Amino acid sequence: MIKLKELSEKQDLLAGGHRLCAGCTASIIMRQLMLASDYDMIFTSSTGCLEVATSIYPYTAWKTPFFHSAFENSAATTAGIESMFQSLKRQGKIPKDRQIKFVAIGGDGGTYDIGLQALSGALERGHDFMYVCYDNEAYMNTGIQRSSATPMGASTTTCPAGTCMPGKKQRRKDLTAIVAAHNIPYLAQASPSHYRDLMEKVRKAFSIEGPKFMNIIAPCHRGWRTKIDEGIKLARLAVETCFWPLYEIEEGKVNITYKPKEKLPLTDWLKMQGRFAHLFSPGNQHIIDTLQAQVNKDWESLLERESKK
Amino acid sequence: MRKKVAMTGNIAVANAMRQINPDVCAAYPITPSTEIMQQFATFKSNGKVDTELVTVESEHSAMSACIGAAAAGGRVMTATSANGLALMWEMLYIASGNRVPIVMTVVNRALSAPINIHADHSDSMGARDSGWIQIYCENAQETYDSLIQATRISEAKNVRLPVMVCMDGFIISHSIENIELFEDEEVKRFIGEYIPLYPLLDTKNPVTYGPLDLQDYYSEHKRQQDEAMFHAGDVILRTGEAFEKFSGRGYGYFETHCMEDAEIAVLALGSAAGTVRTVVNELRGKGVMAGSIKLRVFRPFPAKELADAISHLKALAVLDRCDSFGAFGGPVFSEVRSCLYDRPVRPHVTSYIYGLGGRDLGLDKVQEVFNDLKRIVDTGHVDKLATFLTVRE
Repeated sequence: MIKLKELSEKQDLLAGGHRLCAGCTASIIMRQLMLASDYDMIFTSSTGCLEVATSIYPYTAWKTPFFHSAFENSAATTAGIESMFQSLKRQGKIPKDRQIKFVAIGGDGGTYDIGLQALSGALERGHDFMYVCYDNEAYMNTGIQRSSATPMGASTTTCPAGTCMPGKKQRRKDLTAIVAAHNIPYLAQASPSHYRDLMEKVRKAFSIEGPKFMNIIAPCHRGWRTKIDEGIKLARLAVETCFWPLYEIEEGKVNITYKPKEKLPLTDWLKMQGRFAHLFSPGNQHIIDTLQAQVNKDWESLLERESKK
Repeated sequence: MRKKVAMTGNIAVANAMRQINPDVCAAYPITPSTEIMQQFATFKSNGKVDTELVTVESEHSAMSACIGAAAAGGRVMTATSANGLALMWEMLYIASGNRVPIVMTVVNRALSAPINIHADHSDSMGARDSGWIQIYCENAQETYDSLIQATRISEAKNVRLPVMVCMDGFIISHSIENIELFEDEEVKRFIGEYIPLYPLLDTKNPVTYGPLDLQDYYSEHKRQQDEAMFHAGDVILRTGEAFEKFSGRGYGYFETHCMEDAEIAVLALGSAAGTVRTVVNELRGKGVMAGSIKLRVFRPFPAKELADAISHLKALAVLDRCDSFGAFGGPVFSEVRSCLYDRPVRPHVTSYIYGLGGRDLGLDKVQEVFNDLKRIVDTGHVDKLATFLTVRE
């Protein structure tokens, strides 16, 4: 059970003073994740906003061991760290009962795209670690370029909405499903707006041996073109519209951890974001219809998968 | 009891790795180095090593996992060749920049395209500025010996740099030689216990590796890395001396043959050095004042020591088993010639590109080089600075 009072008494392992944007949800997600854990943790981050803003030499916001190596190899780097831990433990150089949780972090660029191979490899090999993707739906660190997580219709700097092109043409990749196809013991989608749900998932993941994965939506006001203080609201609306369903897959069984009482129309979420503003211009209604139809279909499909458990 | 055993270069490397018994190996197969990890996996399967073997999905992940494992706080080794090394390229700099000790065997092979699986040095020469120590070996015994030394060099407190131990693909990796194998305990004693520095696994003393390092500090960190490479020179020599006491085989930056009174000489790396020595012996029989140098340590480059050994020559040819396209000669040539610039007396130095993609270097070809050198001495004139030696034109 997640209790706010208890959480408020815990040490914050990500120090303040880092240089993420005001209102960035990535640091909120990291704090929620770290507060959920009672274990010693070692973090690896791929190159990205979180990494460049939290570890600018000679400072570091990380009160845990932290390794940034490169953009595409957060999973492979963690695999190396975890392998050393297992080796030293097996050789008796580390006590047999010593527990450390290894967490690899990547944005959607470092996870959906350039780091997908390393992620897939580490999942398949069965390392005892958790991979966390904070998905802000574009390459935000390099200046809002499209990724394979960018939703259809969104305007980014490499698929800008113009007079001929209405933003990104392709639909987003379902990374959570790709990870699920690796048949790992536990994976989940989460949102910082539903912090109890997110933290319960972290705790469950840490209680399970083997590879774990969490995909967490991370609204970015710079890239989504929204107000600075609306990150959590946007995350909540992504859940309430079923654009970002909260669910987990444990040993192959789908469990939807939150079902909106009333599924809100996707436009409630889209209209708050400048990256979708052009979709509300004449002639672009069909894109909104397509997006809504995709959300409906995916949600129905998820409900069906859950019912089969 | 030490024993002499007939084995290929790759199996000798696998045996060195077995005796070094690293805590983690992460590797991906690529010809001609594949056999190393296959043999090592067999050792692992039969309980001969304590190593955690990480069979990654690419060389990029191999080096990434090695870096993570080394930073975690233990001994790490791997092996690769050619395109595998090229795929690691980004990570080579991250390994040296993070100052993590890693020992990697590079079984030299030509880079694509066109694809070719045989020996040349285009792979490791492409990585010469990556901050790795580079040791080139003539034969399997040297490779076996150098891996054991490299473990100590890499881990020295004032070095903490990754090391590449290079041997020629197929020519050495797949040829059978009689190797003297040490006893396991002897190797264990020589390399000593691994002493971790700032290990990630020490969660009570958390450290951050790989921070963003901007204009205020980056230069100082690169300067420190250069200093570590400077220290490596000394550590390589001291380790070579210690190894000589231990094995009877001494190792330095380079090995000279008939150089004291030589007027003309050929410098080469790797397996070609033996071919060159044979020609020198023939020439000496004919009264020609010939000599040869086998350069073993290319990084750090032993500029002063090498210049001392060669500046008295009248003419020197440098053999490069790779081209530096658009430059005026091969990479070893450029550095050897440069180290002589400040000497008041110095030889003519010419460049020969040879043996690309495994093309054989015959005695006759080395003889041609010596003939050229004789002509240069006789005429006092260099007709051609850079020549392709083993090619149809």
